[in-house]
Amino acid sequence: MSVSGSSGSGDVREAGNIDVSRVQGDAGAGPATGQGTATGVGRDRAGGEQRMVPKGKPRSYYDQPVVKRPVWTWEIPCYFFVGGMAGASAPLAWAAATTGNERLAKRAWGVALAGVAVSPALLISDLGRPERFLNMLRVFKITSPMSVGSWILAANGTLIAPAALAALTRRAPRIFGAAGPLAALAGPGLSTYTAVLVANSAIPVWSEARRTLPFLFAAGSAASAGAAVTLLTPAAAAGPARRLAIAGGVAELVAAQTMERKLGDAARPYESGTPGRLAKAAKAMSAAGAATMAIGRRRRGAVRIGAGLLLAGAACERWAVYKAGFASAADPAYTVGPQRDRLEH
Amino acid sequence: MTAAARHPAPAWPESWGEEAEPRVGFFTDTSVCIGCKACEVACKEWNGVPDESDGLSGNSYDNSLDLGANRWRHVAFVEQRVEVGGVGTSAPDSWVEEASRQQLVEQGLPIHDGADGFRWLMSSDVCKHCTEAGCLDACPTGSIFRTEHGTVVVQEDICNGCGYCVTACPFGVLDRRSDDGRVWKCTLCYDRLQDDMEPACAQACPTDSIQFGELEVLRRRAADRVERLHEHGVASARLYGADDDDGVGGFGAFFLLLDEPETYGLPPDPVVPTRHLPEAFAAAAAASAALLAGVAAAFIGRRAR
Repeated sequence: MSVSGSSGSGDVREAGNIDVSRVQGDAGAGPATGQGTATGVGRDRAGGEQRMVPKGKPRSYYDQPVVKRPVWTWEIPCYFFVGGMAGASAPLAWAAATTGNERLAKRAWGVALAGVAVSPALLISDLGRPERFLNMLRVFKITSPMSVGSWILAANGTLIAPAALAALTRRAPRIFGAAGPLAALAGPGLSTYTAVLVANSAIPVWSEARRTLPFLFAAGSAASAGAAVTLLTPAAAAGPARRLAIAGGVAELVAAQTMERKLGDAARPYESGTPGRLAKAAKAMSAAGAATMAIGRRRRGAVRIGAGLLLAGAACERWAVYKAGFASAADPAYTVGPQRDRLEH
Repeated sequence: MTAAARHPAPAWPESWGEEAEPRVGFFTDTSVCIGCKACEVACKEWNGVPDESDGLSGNSYDNSLDLGANRWRHVAFVEQRVEVGGVGTSAPDSWVEEASRQQLVEQGLPIHDGADGFRWLMSSDVCKHCTEAGCLDACPTGSIFRTEHGTVVVQEDICNGCGYCVTACPFGVLDRRSDDGRVWKCTLCYDRLQDDMEPACAQACPTDSIQFGELEVLRRRAADRVERLHEHGVASARLYGADDDDGVGGFGAFFLLLDEPETYGLPPDPVVPTRHLPEAFAAAAAASAALLAGVAAAFIGRRAR
């Protein structure tokens, strides 16, 4: 990501934000001598894109990041989406079973089961040493949301699997009776802990959103669970899933808006580049999906299109959050700016 | 509130009982760093840290760029043009800079060429071995632990490369080796400490810019050094990470700097993410409750239609 317009390695760059354009050519035998051209003077080096902290660019060491970017790959945002959907499907399934809506319950348990089955595979494949995945259950640490989350995922898998199998195969209803309500209670933890996981970091756009991110993830989980189950369920039985999807989509829009507003300057990654495009696409699809489902609820086609849009919107929103973390880590201004403000006020 | 009371993990040194040793660390006095990189080389040699060179960076004499899985010591080269005697076009943009310029004019300790106001600041960066270590708190496997010396070390036989510590460090110290899949960082030469030897970087440093020892001793020495530099007119000398009340409860490896931390690529006010964790968990609990309520509402709404 080039946010400063000076990413060319041959540029004479500055350290400490003191005008280096004048150093060019007289920096002794340093490798900077005569290579490229200075891209500007002092604070005006922002280039094409505007700086993210309007008060003037904080100092940095050759514009290098202060914090490291995540080493995670595509599996992680995928898991945020799939795991979140599974976590919201469990209470939907249990509530459906409890209200006698067996058709809905079966499909919701199916979505929950598929989600918790895929999740560990995604997480393990992202590890640097996948064969050591069991080390995740070596300890329980409340200071590590990833440790807490590993146990939450393990608990959800353990509870959802028997509940879903009992519901789908109509066997062993006692197991379902025991595991169902527990899975329903544990599910939302699976949907929201991932927000705590990213918020517990040195990456400003994640850390500063720690109060709102869990709501964004909960809303996205509700939207995607509702939408996925709606797609699978006959219209006559799908009412609650449809309503959950619409409400989740609307809540997701509100949560995303609130998060970006509260982040202030730190929200800039959501306004440009890849995370910006993803965030815009997510909002457009969630809004369109919720509207289509609400307005066309008596038409099978409209409901399907709406559900598809809500699923895509929720997935895009997770991807936007994930990508925003990379952009936020890449620019030292995001890290240094707020810290400097804190020290001086 | 003490660091121990704030922090939920069993506090060192109680966690080690009678095996606990005095807390050791580094005092890196950048005012005498000459940028020779002997520390980088010694660290690589002793610890068998793989080579990772990307050619010339264009960032002064710094071609190793930053700390990471394959750089446990990193020497920064800050090139600054500082106007001498107020001559020149660029106006001072803060009192700090002004004071820094004044100091250069009057004393010029770190000036490479006093006549044209050009100077290098050099600093050997390293893992801070924080009192409240974000990496240690975040590690889900227990691979990262606090040693009997109060240092923070990754156990490579346990690390499964989840990468969570990478984003938890406010200093960007840890990283994953792409070929190896595990996370690596400075161990403060844990193996050498077992044999009462000082870490390789400190032993190799020819100017004693890197000083190893008991933290309490180092802190007293550093305070004296700052005082002396101030007496000599180097007003910009300041300690970084020597305060127990900072956002990470104080560094085990702290620094004497001649400019603001961010000039060296260091965060000016680092805070361990763990301190904000209760807020995040509380928000997640509220969001979970809201999700359950939303599901319930979807079924109540059914009767209304």
